[in-house]
Amino acid sequence: MAEIHLKSLAHSYFPNPATSADYAIREMDHVWHQGGAYALLGPSGCGKSTLLNIISGLLQPSEGEVLFDKVRVNEMPPKERNIAQVFQFPVVYDSMTVYDNLAFPLRNAKVPEARVRAKVNEVAEILELHEVLHNKARNLSADEKQKVSMGRGLVRDDVSAILFDEPLTVIDPHLKWKLRRKLKQIHEQFNITMIYVTHDQLEASTFADKIAVMYGGQIVQFGTPRELFESPNHTFVGFFIGSPGMNLIEVRRSEGGVSFDDIQIPLSDELNAYLADIPSYNLKIGIRPEFVHVWDKPVDDAYATELISHEDLGTHKILTLRLGNQSIKARLDEDRELPEGKVYISFPQQWVKLYVDEFLIEERS
Amino acid sequence: MNKTENNKAWFLVLPVFVLVAFSAVIPLMTVVNYSVQDIFDQNNAYFVGAEWFREVLRDPRLHDSLLRQFIYSFAVLAIEIPLGIGVALMMPTKGRMASLCLILLAIPLLIPWNVVGTIWQIFGRGDIGLFGAALNGLGIDYNYASNPADAWATVLLIDVWHWTSLVALLCYSGLRAIPEAFYQAAEIDRASKWAVFRYIQLPRLKSVLVIGVLLRFMDSFMIYTEPFVLTGGGPGNSTTFLSQTLTKMAVGQFDLGPAAAFSLVYFLIVLLVSWLFFTTITHMDKAK
Amino acid sequence: MSLTLENVTRVVDGVPFIADANITFEPGSFNVLLGRTLAGKTSLMRLMAGLDKPTSGRILMDGGDVTGVPVQQRNISMVYQQFINYPSMTVRENIASPLRLAKMPESQIEKRVRETAAMLHIEPYLDRHPLALSGGQQQRTAMARALVKDAGLILFDEPLVNLDYKLREELRFEMRELFKERRSIAVYATTEPHEALALGGTTTLLHEGRIVQSGPVNTVYSTPVDITAAELFSEPPINLIRGRVSDTEVTFDEYAHFPLNQDLRTLAPGEYWFGVRPSHVGLVPHNDDDLELSTLVELAEISGSETFMHVRNEHFGLVLQLSGVHEYHTDTAIKVYLPTHKLFVFGMDGKLIQAPVKRVRG
Repeated sequence: MAEIHLKSLAHSYFPNPATSADYAIREMDHVWHQGGAYALLGPSGCGKSTLLNIISGLLQPSEGEVLFDKVRVNEMPPKERNIAQVFQFPVVYDSMTVYDNLAFPLRNAKVPEARVRAKVNEVAEILELHEVLHNKARNLSADEKQKVSMGRGLVRDDVSAILFDEPLTVIDPHLKWKLRRKLKQIHEQFNITMIYVTHDQLEASTFADKIAVMYGGQIVQFGTPRELFESPNHTFVGFFIGSPGMNLIEVRRSEGGVSFDDIQIPLSDELNAYLADIPSYNLKIGIRPEFVHVWDKPVDDAYATELISHEDLGTHKILTLRLGNQSIKARLDEDRELPEGKVYISFPQQWVKLYVDEFLIEERS
Repeated sequence: MNKTENNKAWFLVLPVFVLVAFSAVIPLMTVVNYSVQDIFDQNNAYFVGAEWFREVLRDPRLHDSLLRQFIYSFAVLAIEIPLGIGVALMMPTKGRMASLCLILLAIPLLIPWNVVGTIWQIFGRGDIGLFGAALNGLGIDYNYASNPADAWATVLLIDVWHWTSLVALLCYSGLRAIPEAFYQAAEIDRASKWAVFRYIQLPRLKSVLVIGVLLRFMDSFMIYTEPFVLTGGGPGNSTTFLSQTLTKMAVGQFDLGPAAAFSLVYFLIVLLVSWLFFTTITHMDKAK
Repeated sequence: MSLTLENVTRVVDGVPFIADANITFEPGSFNVLLGRTLAGKTSLMRLMAGLDKPTSGRILMDGGDVTGVPVQQRNISMVYQQFINYPSMTVRENIASPLRLAKMPESQIEKRVRETAAMLHIEPYLDRHPLALSGGQQQRTAMARALVKDAGLILFDEPLVNLDYKLREELRFEMRELFKERRSIAVYATTEPHEALALGGTTTLLHEGRIVQSGPVNTVYSTPVDITAAELFSEPPINLIRGRVSDTEVTFDEYAHFPLNQDLRTLAPGEYWFGVRPSHVGLVPHNDDDLELSTLVELAEISGSETFMHVRNEHFGLVLQLSGVHEYHTDTAIKVYLPTHKLFVFGMDGKLIQAPVKRVRG
């Protein structure tokens, strides 16, 4: 069992990195607590696989330390780190049976055969593999193979963490949620630290209690699914989480708030006071389509917009509206009819987020 | 299943049919024709049925060279396959060294059979050959021209020198096709080097090894040039293999009928052994 | 151009791939083929393209019989799941290749290539090679190649499936815009109901080689002809509960009762399947006649802005689709509310008896 601490960690694939663009992982300090279910979420090329390989020991970081329970493991090879990994494409030993696959790590460690049998049967029962236990592994379906490769980590008593590298890529859609449920159940049963790497927000939020969103070699936010949705720390999180993503609009300072294209957005006193002190001109406001209020007729604080297009997604509609020269998306519930003519929208103040240099300015309230 | 149906495609295959007909089918039919007749000259040919076959099958020369042939092919496989796998495993995986190794391995494959024979004929001589002289210098009594064991060893050595590269290259490409994740998983499972070989590399080399074994078997079973150049099949008949026996019969004695029958028997043996081998391997694959 | 399939059947080695397909695509229409993996979407597209010949039946283009005419002689484009481009050609040459084959004058080619590249936002990459581009850009290049010639029929075989979901969102939106102005028929295969809804146009449901239902997307969604259609066009799948109707009330599995409401009053007493969309089941009652059910949480799946909750009691399981993030631990006891006026009613043979009446709040 282990707590994994990445201390002032950075990694570059170049020998003498000069600019921050040379780094695949930019300097970070991050702790994965013992027993947590975590996800590492980000688009392709954000550095999440590099980070995973650094944790498992397949790659040595060029700067900083990896600490397992406060012990430096930078130079330790994977086999001594007691970490199991499930890969994107199922890795099973084709020529062995499922039983022998599960027994393999134990036999390598010279565990007595009676103990091997007990352990393999226990894990096979949990993973629902007992019916195929004596089949050759190469004849299994993709989801069964992934369960076998996970099982090889679970049979070991000394495994401190299991890393998942996009493990559901090759699984049929209708089996995905079953396997996700199994993963969750196993996490609750085994109390092992699990880190799940994916680009899919559904997989990340379902599996993990806390999600680290990676972008450009950095963890831009580490929080619960709710935090990522309701107060994204970074404009990228706002854009990446949610479908469609957050509306993000470039704005300028103005009297009592911010403005764009002659449209005034009032802000709270706290934010206004904050804005007065900062030098940056890179200001954005963000509001999620789910939080945009849509009205059929003019009301106080509502802006008149033009309807450009709409998508009827059955359970709700997504409206694309023009406000000033900006396009804004808003979500309309299924039982609301499409407004005719002008569409009026308002932004509840609590859901209007202010971003300076792409990072969220938090209000204390 | 997902193929486009287009009957015109058959026309494209036609040239191949014609080519195969001229290069294989027609000569083979000629041989069949010869094997059942006794031919004196163009106008005097008598149908003799299975007579030649009976004669050939009872011929002790055939029995001897067949036995020698099997021992030889078996020895070739027993040395070249493990050696080839070993070389492939030891080769660097990337960088300039990898390309250099590949080029070095490819060199023996580029040399024609008779040249290889000649090289070794000189190389192995006790008086002027480096190899032979060195062995003699070390106090080992080595002479391929007079000692059957030495002759055998030399012919084998030539084959190993010439063809192990092929097995190594096949295995090398097979090894490169194994995804990195398998090695990582094995390392995480704390598998020993031997376990990695036994459970990851070997199972995944199987398909290239089937090709390697088949090629080396068929090729070594038809060996002719090297012993012919080196020792002419001697000393005695110790390195006279099937193809040389056949040539002696057909060209040396002009016994065309028995030679044709011999050829067919020979052909059937190669076919049978290859088929047996191939079906056993593919059968093992299908079994659960 | 219009395309008609008449009683088209395709059997391969005794296995029916497509059974008796009858369908017409209008000129300028956008058509989505929705079905699970192996439902026959690709088989049907290959028949339309002329890559395969139907075992029986006819394929008509503009009324003329083209059954058996090979693909080279039909004016067709196709975009695949995999990003298929010529790796040794630049993006520009890739896009120009169909025009070169059609022997278009060089001066016009450049203009067309530019226009098409602009439409798909790949102008900056025209001189790069496809393999040096990201997946999204590679697929845009493949699409540009399909769109650059004026094909009468453009087939898309799950073109977005290998892209991550943000890119999918973007390209889906653009596709709708791209096809607004065109006269060609677009046929788009997908496994995702969500994608069919987002793309709009006409939806054809395929299941085990049969066309289950076809029509404008909203009609197909709101009035599925049978249980299969309802299940295909619902993600997560529609909840189905077996129930008995008496003179006065409905009973679910001898367990939950509610009085017959205005919509259900016309039902004859007997056994039925009741369907309710995951998005209609709630955690709070929306109406007085909602049916309260006690359940345990099996799993809460959170997709950023939505939560799919799997709950069950000893009688049946339900899936809820909720807006926003709802975090629940497995085995938490919660009450869910089933709207009794939003029920689909199916006969025991699976055929739709009635769909919920749409009531629109002003």
